[in-house]
Formats: sequence, structure tokens, C-alpha cells
Amino acid sequence: MTVKSDEGDVLLDIRSLRTRIETLRGVVHPVNDVSLQCRAGRTLAVVGESGSGKSMTFLSVLGLLPAGGSIESGSVTYLGREISTASPKEMRRLRGKSIGMIFQDSLAGLNPSFTVGEQIGDVVRHHENASRSQARERAIETLGLVGLPNPRERVDYYPHQLSGGMRQRVMIAMGVALRPRVLVADEPTTALDVTVQAQIMELLDGLRRELGMSLVVITHDLGVVARYAEDVAVMYGGRVVEHGSVRQVLKSTNHPYTEALLRSSPRPDASVAELDPIPGQPPNLLAVPPGCGFHPRCHRRDGREDCTVQIPQLRALSPTSQLTACHHAEEMVMQEVST
Amino acid sequence: MAAETAEAPGAPFVAGQDAVLRVENLSKHFRQRKRFGRPSPVVRAVDDVSFDLARGETLGLVGESGCGKTTLSRMILRLIEPTSGKVFLDGEDVTRLEGRHLRTFRQKVQVVFQDPYASLDPRQKVGASVGEPLTNSGLSRERKLEIVHETLERMGLQRGQARLFPHQFSGGQRQRIGIARALSVTPQVLLLDEPVSALDVSIQAQVLKLLRDLREEYGLSYILISHDLSVVRHVSDRVMVMYLGRIVEIASKHDLYTAPRHPYTASLLSAAPVPDPDVERVRERIQLAGDPPNPVNPPPGCAFHQRCFHASALAEKLPDDEVEVLADGRRVPGACARLQPALAPGAAGTRWSACHFPLENEETAAITA
Ligand SMILES: Nc1ncnc2c1ncn2[C@@H]1O[C@H](COP(=O)(O)OP(=O)(O)OP(=O)(O)O)[C@@H](O)[C@H]1O
Ligand SMILES: Nc1ncnc2c1ncn2[C@@H]1O[C@H](COP(=O)(O)OP(=O)(O)OP(=O)(O)O)[C@@H](O)[C@H]1O
Ligand code: SF4
Ligand SMILES: [Mg+2]
Ligand SMILES: [Mg+2]
Repeated sequence: MTVKSDEGDVLLDIRSLRTRIETLRGVVHPVNDVSLQCRAGRTLAVVGESGSGKSMTFLSVLGLLPAGGSIESGSVTYLGREISTASPKEMRRLRGKSIGMIFQDSLAGLNPSFTVGEQIGDVVRHHENASRSQARERAIETLGLVGLPNPRERVDYYPHQLSGGMRQRVMIAMGVALRPRVLVADEPTTALDVTVQAQIMELLDGLRRELGMSLVVITHDLGVVARYAEDVAVMYGGRVVEHGSVRQVLKSTNHPYTEALLRSSPRPDASVAELDPIPGQPPNLLAVPPGCGFHPRCHRRDGREDCTVQIPQLRALSPTSQLTACHHAEEMVMQEVST
Repeated sequence: MAAETAEAPGAPFVAGQDAVLRVENLSKHFRQRKRFGRPSPVVRAVDDVSFDLARGETLGLVGESGCGKTTLSRMILRLIEPTSGKVFLDGEDVTRLEGRHLRTFRQKVQVVFQDPYASLDPRQKVGASVGEPLTNSGLSRERKLEIVHETLERMGLQRGQARLFPHQFSGGQRQRIGIARALSVTPQVLLLDEPVSALDVSIQAQVLKLLRDLREEYGLSYILISHDLSVVRHVSDRVMVMYLGRIVEIASKHDLYTAPRHPYTASLLSAAPVPDPDVERVRERIQLAGDPPNPVNPPPGCAFHQRCFHASALAEKLPDDEVEVLADGRRVPGACARLQPALAPGAAGTRWSACHFPLENEETAAITA
């Protein structure tokens, strides 16, 4: 099932993607039956706790899985063309040029012994047969695009000469140097101050508009989702458990896990009397609970057996509602009406 | 360069006799490595900071990276020596304690760090880590072991787990072990330096709830450092905002979050997004440009004036001779560019801010909406 949305062409279409990784302790499926669409000019947020498969989903799409990892089933199309079976050479061409990615912990990913201009230039030369000076010009232009002051001077700086916020801008510059149509930003602001976070998110949002990109923001900050995204997918244990517009999901969730996330988060704009921690731990992929992966921690299961036996499928409760993967989602709708 | 400072009207002390901790005019100036042929530059990491902490109170401490939060807490913990100023615990000056007295002091003020993994010795069983602060307590082996077990159990862990190593625990469990270690000596003050930033929301909520319960149970006072304004709002009674080594605002949580006086506080609040798309749509956003200035060479006047939205707005209504034009062409009131504002109390004497032109309630309504 996919989310119905009339706005924006689908650039990247992920359908029932299942990824496997063979580990010494057995086979795990960090991405399990995931379907997502990235639309031109729109921002999709992917949220969920650590280990829920957010990064693996897009690393699968880009053909960058760790050793032992492969796509087991499902399809990924870019502009209607299947890319899950593309050759490594084709994938290299797609990466950066069609689908750009800003990697998680990317600040550690900058090479300390090359200037930022050389590193951005490399990306350009790798793809576009550009000369050294053309690549440098493109680097300067891109650094300007990402709002680095004095790009002509800073292009020759080494990473350590820049603040954390400026380094993140450089990483974004590398991600957009080839002007991709889809940009995946994996936790782009996690290690940064709130003020810098806001600057970086405003920048990504502006680039999306300016370049007409489809932006995917992987985050665990529901505030970022509310401020910047139109669509959101909530992941748990390798699966998408709720998917819809940001308003649907954050204002009237149909899934107990999303509800639990909201109830366990403090807010900057209101005093929350009591937080409701989610008991227990996120699932271990080597021992995913049978049935609904969330059932051991779910406050709505109420001893019901179907939760422990049957995997709930994503479904829409009404033609206009979001998708949810909970056997008992109807109860949540009824409760909303009554409160 | 001796900055010109507006006349200092006392310090933001509110706890009176009830203060468990009191910090007076604390400064730390780091001398950086000598550069050839040049005088070595001085970093004013913490500059003339005064505040107090009431028994049972939680004081939140926020500010951008490098504003001096950790340096301040390390001085309070007596891990580094202040350049000047004093620290009092229970009315006693502890700034120069040494030897046995310092060890006794250390039992009363404990710390929990951000990264639970880095702060626990990976080769030490967690039971030994938790018992470490008890080393010089003079208690018997049996009593110490008993305390370790009791504290672990209080943290929701099992006594049998004392024999395991840190890597055998999840992040949330490791953070609880870090807290257990700090509490094994039943301190009076607990410094929490980003205690939940490395944790997932669901686990973060577990630890925050635990910290709240422990505060009641052990009669603890907390100083909580966090860059997460939601976390600070959730646990603090009062909140202190630092900018470039100085306090720019200190007020009750309610006052600070609903009607900030300092433009920097307002900018921070505006930067934190709210998990509600309807609220976000109508909220006013202040863009705080650039990075905080270099503490080696702080700007004259108000350290915030180059980034201050309020100053530019005010300058529009001022005659040219009262306005200073900055290098980037922005205009600010002359006072902001020349005179360092002192931390001064508002009318009620309960909230303090260091701005020549503190914000009014109406001016912040759209931000805190
Ligand atoms: N090389 C690997 N071998 C086996 N399992 C792996 C490997 N890399 C990741 N995993 C597992 O895949 C799952 C999904 O990981 P992923 O990095 O996608 O999580 P995430 O949602 O991005 O989490 P985070 O918020 O921590 O970044 C995790 O449970 C992780 O343990
Ligand atoms: N040992 C030192 N020598 C020289 N400068 C130092 C030293 N320790 C800290 N500083 C400087 O003092 C200032 C304050 O640092 P501090 O670590 O206290 O900041 P912080 O507010 O804790 O930042 P963060 O949020 O990044 O942890 C910074 O400019 C820092 O570079
Ligand atoms: S003193 Fe001036 S520059 Fe500083 S915060 Fe107040 S208005 Fe802004
Ligand atoms: Mg990830
Ligand atoms: Mg610090």
C-alpha cells in the first residue's frame, strides 16, 4: 500500500523492500517490507528509534550495504526505472547525480588532510569529467549555495579550520554538488546546537525549494518533522508502522508506537506533567518478536492474541486516513472522536 | 582590553539560607599555547559567573557549544582551579580545599557525564565502577557491596548484574549505572552534563523519570546541562542561559520559557521546533545567523550584539547618532556595541537578564506561542 497524495511526481519509489544481512550469528532483516515514495519538491521525514532501519533503508536504495548485506526482495525505481538490480557501475553513476546522500555522522567523514574545495571538487570530477579548475569553480559556487560565508576564501580551508555548523554545510555541499533530484539527509543535525540545527534545516528546506528536490530527512526529532516535513514514515524493527501526512500522524496517530513516542517526549513549548516512558528495549533483530514487533512494549495490546501471532499489514482505516500497521487501530480512532 | 561594564547591581542569588551551593564571581581564563613572537591569547571560558542552588532544586543550564558550561561545572567539582571567584557548599568555602577535606567534599558533589560508555572503565565490572566513589569512605567491604547492590536495584538493575562489564548493557542501562555510581556516596549535589543526549526518546524518558524520583527520595539538588530545551523544561525549576562565558539570563522555568527577557534566550526558544505542525505554522522564527563569536577575542559591548535581532529592530527607530553601524552593515543601538550589559534583576527581583533593552511580554508572544 502506498500513501495517496496528489502533489508532486514520484521520483523514487520503494516497494516492499526487504534487505538481509548475513552476520556470524545469523541472518537479520534490518529492512522488512518497506514501501516509501519520494516526491518532487516535497519533504519526507523518516523517524524511529535507534536500530529501526532508517539508515539501512536508504543505504539499500543506494547500493551501499555493509558486507554480507543484499536486497532480498522488493523493488526500487528511480524515475520509473528499476535500480535495485542495477550494476555497481550504474549505481555509482546514480549516486550523487540522481540521489544524493548526506551520511549520518558525516562530520567524521570529512578527510582532515584535504581542503574542502578538493573534497567537493572530487565529487564533481568523479562524475562530470570536469577539469580541476571547473571543479573548483563548482565547489565555490556550491559552498555559496549552502550559505558558507566567503566561499572563495574558505574553499581552501581544511576541515579543522571550520566550526561544526560550517563543516555540516560542507557535507551538504558535497551532497548537492551534482544537483541531485532526491537528497537523503541522514540525521543532518543530531550533534549540533539548536541554533545551528535550525540554520541547517532552513538551508536544506531552502535548497529543496530552490532546486525542486525531493528531500528525505531521517531524524528522531519530532519537532523537525512538524516544522519541515509534509509526509512522515514511522519505523519500528525494520518496518514502517505508520505513514501519512505529518498532520495525520502527529495530530491523530493511528498507531500505538507513534502514540507512545509522543507520550514519552518532553516538549519545548509546554510543560508536560509526566512522561510516559515506553517500557523495555527496542527489538533485537536476531530475535524479532513474532506477530507485531511492538507487542511486548505495547500499552494497547491488552493481552490480545492476534498481536503476538499475526504481523499487522499497513492499511488505511478510511479513504482519507494515513496508513497504519496495527490490528487494533480502529480503537484509537474511536477514542479520538470521544475525547 | 578592559571591557566597559554597566554598573553591577549585585548577583542573582535567590535561595538565601536554603542554598546548598553558591557560586560567586567565578571565572576561568585559559591561556592558549604560546604563538611565536606573540603574547599568548586568553580564552575567557567562564567570566564572572554568580548564582546559587536551593536544596532540592534543579537548575537547568543551556547555551551553545563552547559557552563554558562544562568549564563551569568542572570548577564546581574542583576538577580545575578557577582563575578567580569562590564556590560555597552548605555555606562553607570549598574553593581551596585540599587532601582529606577535598575527598570529603567530593562525596558531596558528584557528576554524571553525557557518554555513559566513555565514562565507565570497559575493563572494570560495573559493581567495581559503582563502588569506586566509596573507596575512601572507611566503610567495610561488606557494607560497600551492600550499598552497590542496593543502588543498582534502585536503578532498576539486578544485583547479579554487578558482575557484568559495561559492554554487556544497553545505552540506557549504562547511563543508569553512571547515575548509580554518582549516588553510591549519597551526594547533596549532582551535576548532570548532557545525561540523556546519547539516548533514544523512549529510554531517555525512563532515565528522566528516574532522575525525578531520585531527587525526591535522596533530597538531591541538580544542575542539569543540556542543549535540549525540551529536556531542560521538563526537569528544571529554574534555568540559566550562558553566552560566551557569561550568564545572560536566569529565571524560573515558567518565566524563562513563556516570556524570555534576553533576545538570545528568545532566539534559542525560537530555534527549537515543536512537534505540532499547527503550532509550527503560526510560530514566528528568529534566524540566528552565524556562530557564537570567538571567546579569545570577544566583541566589545554586548557579546551578542552582532547576532541580535532585537538590537537591529531597535536601531531602526533611533536617530543616526545613537546608532552604531557594524562591519556587515547592520545597525545596532550604540549602547549594545559599546557597553557590556550587567546581569540585572527585573521589577520583581526574581528574574535576571543582561540586556540593555530587555524584551517585553508582547514582543515574545509570537515566539513562545
Ligand atoms: N553490518 C551490520 N551487520 C548486521 N546488522 C547490522 C549491520 N549494520 C546495521 N545492522 C543492524 O541493522 C539495524 C538497522 O540499522 P540502521 O542503521 O538502519 O538503524 P537506524 O534506524 O538508522 O538507527 P540510528 O538512529 O541509530 O541511526 C540495526 O538493528 C543494526 O543493528
Ligand atoms: N583546557 C582548555 N584550554 C583552552 N581552552 C579551553 C580549555 N577547555 C575549554 N576551553 C575553551 O573554553 C570554552 C568553553 O568550553 P566548554 O567545554 O566549557 O564549553 P561547553 O559549553 O561545555 O561546550 P559544549 O556544549 O560543546 O560541551 C571553549 O571556547 C573551549 O574551547
Ligand atoms: S544588549 Fe543590545 S545587543 Fe545585547 S542582547 Fe540586548 S539588545 Fe541585543
Ligand atoms: Mg541511522
Ligand atoms: Mg560541555
